[in-house]
Amino acid sequence: MIRRLIHILVSMVMTALLWQIAYLAAGQQDYLLPSPLKTLTTAVLKADLLARHALTTGAEILLGLLGGGLVGVASALLLASFAPLRRWLVPVLVISQAIPVFAIAPLLVLWLGYGMASKVAMASLIIYFPITTAFLDGLSRTAPGWLDLAQVMGGSRWTVLRHIRIPAALPSLGAGLKVAVGVAPIGAVIGEWVGSSTGLGYLMLHANARMQVDLMFAALLVLAGLAITLFWVTDRLLARLLPWRATTNE
Amino acid sequence: MTVASVASPPPLGLTLTARHVTYDGITLFRDLTLDLPAGHWTCLLGISGVGKSSLLRLLADLAPAGSDYHVQTSDNRPLTDRVAYMAQQDLLLPWLSVLDNITLGARLRRQPADTARAASLLEQVGLADFRHRRPDQLSGGQRQRAALARTLMEDRPVVLMDEPFSALDPVTRLQMQDLAATLLDRRTVLLVTHDPLEALRLGEQVLVLTGPPASLTSHPLPADWPAPRAVDDPRLTNQQGALLARLVHQRPAGAVS
Repeated sequence: MIRRLIHILVSMVMTALLWQIAYLAAGQQDYLLPSPLKTLTTAVLKADLLARHALTTGAEILLGLLGGGLVGVASALLLASFAPLRRWLVPVLVISQAIPVFAIAPLLVLWLGYGMASKVAMASLIIYFPITTAFLDGLSRTAPGWLDLAQVMGGSRWTVLRHIRIPAALPSLGAGLKVAVGVAPIGAVIGEWVGSSTGLGYLMLHANARMQVDLMFAALLVLAGLAITLFWVTDRLLARLLPWRATTNE
Repeated sequence: MTVASVASPPPLGLTLTARHVTYDGITLFRDLTLDLPAGHWTCLLGISGVGKSSLLRLLADLAPAGSDYHVQTSDNRPLTDRVAYMAQQDLLLPWLSVLDNITLGARLRRQPADTARAASLLEQVGLADFRHRRPDQLSGGQRQRAALARTLMEDRPVVLMDEPFSALDPVTRLQMQDLAATLLDRRTVLLVTHDPLEALRLGEQVLVLTGPPASLTSHPLPADWPAPRAVDDPRLTNQQGALLARLVHQRPAGAVS
C-alpha cells in the first residue's frame, strides 16, 4: 500500500516536473500554459467554485452510469435470452455506436433542455455500448462444462441463467463497467460544453472565453481527479464483490 | 457417518443402442450396444479420440442434435432425471462456497436444498472443515472431492463419470478411486478412462472401445476378484499388461477391415 502511494506520488511529481519544463520552454506565457504551481494555487483559491461545479458533473456521471448501466444490463439479458432478438438488434446496436455521440449532443440539449437531464443522457448513451457488449459477451460464453452439468441436473433455462450464466458473466460486466467509468466523464463534459449553466465543462468553457487559463487547468485537474477516483473506487469495489474474478476456472 | 446418505436408490440397469451417431459430419457410432448391469461399475477404456466421452454423453442426454440412439432401462421408464454426471474438470462454480456448490442441483430445480445431507456428505469426503471455502481456496484433490460430493448429493441411480480423476496426481488419484468406489457402491456407474490401472481397480465390467468403426469388446477379469482392487495386487499388474497390449495392438485408425 505504502509502496503504491510512493509510486503514485513519484509519477505525480514527474508529471509536474515535465509540465514545469514545458512551461519554461514555452517562454512562461501564463495565458497559454500556466505553471503547475499557479494551477494548484488557483485550484486552492477557487476551491468553492470548483467544488460546486464538480458536484454537478459528478452527479451527472453517477446518474449516467446508473442509467446507462441499468439499461445496458437489461438489454444484454434480453438479447442473451432471445436469439431472434439478437439477430435483429445486435447490428442496430453496432450501427448506433458508429454515430458519434458528439454529433447528437446538440439534439439532446434541444430535447432535454439545458439542465442535468441532457448530460445524464449523454453519459448514459456513451456507456451503454461498452456495458451491453461486455455483459452480452460474458453471458454467451458460459463454460460449456457448466451448462452440461446444469442440464444433467435438470435446470431450466431461467434457473441456469440465474444461477450460472449471470454470475459467470459478472467479471465481463465488471470489465465493461471499468471502460464505462473511464468514458462517462467525457459524455457529461461534452454535454456541458454544448449547453449548460453549471458543471466543470461549463466552467472550463467559461474560463477559456475569459482567458482564465489557470482556472481552466484547475478545472481540468479536478475533472481528472474525479475520473481517477471513480475508476479506483470501481476497481476496489469489483475486487471486493467478485473475489473470484481473477481465478481461472474451466 | 450418518445413515441417511448411505441409503441409495434401487439399482437400475441400462442398455444403450447407438444406431447412428455423427459428430462434425463423421459417423462415430453405428449399431453399437452398451450394457450397464444394474448396481455395478462398468469401466470404458479406449485411446484418445475413439469416442468414449461421446458414448457417455449419449446417456447423459448431451448428444449432438440428430443422433439416433435408444436407452432401454431395466424398469422401462425413461432415464431422464435419473443420472448424475461428473467430468474431468471439477466444474465447481468459483463464486459459490463448497456447500453451495454441492447443493447446486436443488437450486437449479427450484427445490429446497437438504443442507443436513450436504453436510454429512462433505464429512464423508473429508471436506467438513472446508464447507465455507471457495473452490479457488482448495487443492486439486479437494476440489475433485467436492465434485464427488456434489455427484452424490444428486442421489441418482446412474452415475456417469468422464475421466474424473485424470487431472490428479497419482497418489491423490488412488485415494479418490477408493473413496468413489466406497461411496458409489451398488450404483450403476459408467466410468470412462484412458488409464488401464484405473479401469482394472474399479471395474466389475471392463470394456474396451476401439475404432473406427467403433466397436466394444469386453476384457475378461479373473473370477472372485471384487472391486476396488488393492493397488499392490499382483494380478493387477498382469491384467494391466494384457490390457495395455490390447490397446496398443488395436487396429490402427483407417485400416481396412
